[in-house]
Amino acid sequence: MSLIISQNLYRVYNATAVPVNALNGVNLKIEEGEFTAIVGPSGSGKTTLLNILGGLDSPSGGTLEIAGNDISKLNGNQLIDFRLKNIGFVFQAYNLIPVLSARENVEFIMLLQGWEKKEREDRAVQLLEEVGLKERIHNKPSELSGGQQQRVAVARALASRPRFVLADEPTANLDSNSTNNLLDIMSMLNKEEKMTFIFSTHDQRVIDRARRVITLEDGQIKSDIIK
Amino acid sequence: MIYLKLAWKNIWRNKRRSFITIGSILFAVFFAVFMRSMQLGMYAKMIDSVVRSYYGYVQVHAKGYWEEQSLDNSFERKSDDEKAISSSENVLNIIPRLEGFALLSAGDKVRGVSLSGIVPDSENELSGLKSKIVKGTYLEKNYNEVVIGEGIAEQLNVKVNDTIAMISQGYHAVSASGKFVVKGIAKFSSSQINNTAVFAPLSVTQDFYSTGNRLTSYALQLKEGSDSKYTIGKLSKNTDNNIYEVLPWEEMLPELVQIIQADSSGGEIMVFILYMVISFGIFGTILMMIAERQYEFGILLSIGMSRAKLILVLLLESIMITLIGVLSGILVSRPFMYYFNAHPITLTGRAADTLRKFGFEPEMPTLLDFSVPLTHGTAVLMIAITLSLYSVISILKLDPVKAAKR
Repeated sequence: MSLIISQNLYRVYNATAVPVNALNGVNLKIEEGEFTAIVGPSGSGKTTLLNILGGLDSPSGGTLEIAGNDISKLNGNQLIDFRLKNIGFVFQAYNLIPVLSARENVEFIMLLQGWEKKEREDRAVQLLEEVGLKERIHNKPSELSGGQQQRVAVARALASRPRFVLADEPTANLDSNSTNNLLDIMSMLNKEEKMTFIFSTHDQRVIDRARRVITLEDGQIKSDIIK
Repeated sequence: MIYLKLAWKNIWRNKRRSFITIGSILFAVFFAVFMRSMQLGMYAKMIDSVVRSYYGYVQVHAKGYWEEQSLDNSFERKSDDEKAISSSENVLNIIPRLEGFALLSAGDKVRGVSLSGIVPDSENELSGLKSKIVKGTYLEKNYNEVVIGEGIAEQLNVKVNDTIAMISQGYHAVSASGKFVVKGIAKFSSSQINNTAVFAPLSVTQDFYSTGNRLTSYALQLKEGSDSKYTIGKLSKNTDNNIYEVLPWEEMLPELVQIIQADSSGGEIMVFILYMVISFGIFGTILMMIAERQYEFGILLSIGMSRAKLILVLLLESIMITLIGVLSGILVSRPFMYYFNAHPITLTGRAADTLRKFGFEPEMPTLLDFSVPLTHGTAVLMIAITLSLYSVISILKLDPVKAAKR
């Protein structure tokens, strides 16, 4: 059974005088274990699609099933709980909690899920080791480079054992080394832990490493290439 | 625990702003506590100097005496009733009195005075009358001797061991007259008492007024910290309400209560203004904090933190920062309160004269009672919690997608 199934997905913004169709009938199936990049020019609907897949925004029309749940039927609090249990987020600007250390940032999600202290600590340390930050677990975000912060963000996204990770332009603020390093880690997690990754990106390096590339244009899927 | 930790760490993200907020709360609490404790301390002193030094916190009279203060409304002293009153809860001591008015003559001068028949030892327990003697000595039992106020002595040019005469109307209109030796001259802080008070032994006064074994009142000395209303409730059960009335000092001295209430309102207005100032300070901090952290709140909601938990963290931040300010304010105010309790500010000039005229000592000691800082600390904390509701509303209305856009 597919992890994500969208049928005739619409998203219309009515805030302006002329309604804007950000998504215009998107039909999409994503299977578990995919390493998928959603690409397209600015305004093509990438972020809108990602927000809807992440339960952060609601579609104006169509259906969206994630892991067998029709998420259009979930209310605000159910959506928060759904996100917490099923989705890991990696944002463009890292978005770590500035006052917490790397380990505490990773632990935070597990804490929200009610994990035991020992389990939280062990998993946080293990994940930070996996992303190559064993020596930096006590550092605060301000004491880490952009690449290191983004790796902490990946560790945080994986902490709660989500069904999939949504990454919105994760490499946009990173240099080449950091980008390659991050992509290596995500590829490794995808292969070894079968973690599903969905990126929205402009970055050719990410597109090159993705095994499936979905191109959006004017809110519609223009091409869907499986490598 | 992590939410407490997170809230604590968040407070120190912007140290300067937190210190400014804490500082403004500290100063407001300090001034509110110090000002009110000085004001309440002055009232306590006023009450003490008028109530404790003569009236007693509670008095027992014959029913109707307070409405019409006449010897004809006195009551027969009965040992059973006296035992019942003295064994009542919170009653430390009962001081029997027979009070009336008389004309006092010395040489060719005459003054109207208030004559109180007292039991010297027990009266001294309540009012410390012995310690107020500035010339001569204190009363002994059953001699025709009096202690007079310094003002009377000056006006009538009377000295210790001089003989004075008093005439009055006694019980049931019997004529009363007698000669007395001035045993001592007492100085009272109240000019009114100084100019009118004459004290004589109880039995001597009863003979003078021909009352037999009658009294006009029992002034009650209560145990430290007793609640006079509760004590009155207990007393009312122990006494025959058809014969006696039990009155607290507030009913006997309504003018004093009114003076305190009128003066207190001014202090309350000042405290209200201080509260308004702190409210703006705290609200400013909350507004800036919310504006600065919209993005972060959006992210936290996105990754699955519930709004309730986010609100909890923000409330904890407000409570913590306010508590630090409140506790620091109380801590800083304590040494000042102790110092000014031991070394009260003494008023001089007209203000002092006016207070003395009303029978008050012109001093402003601070009140050490912890209820003052507790009241104002709690009030400031409540203000902070109320203002924090703005952050609660902001979080409830926050759209994570919009908030998470830079």
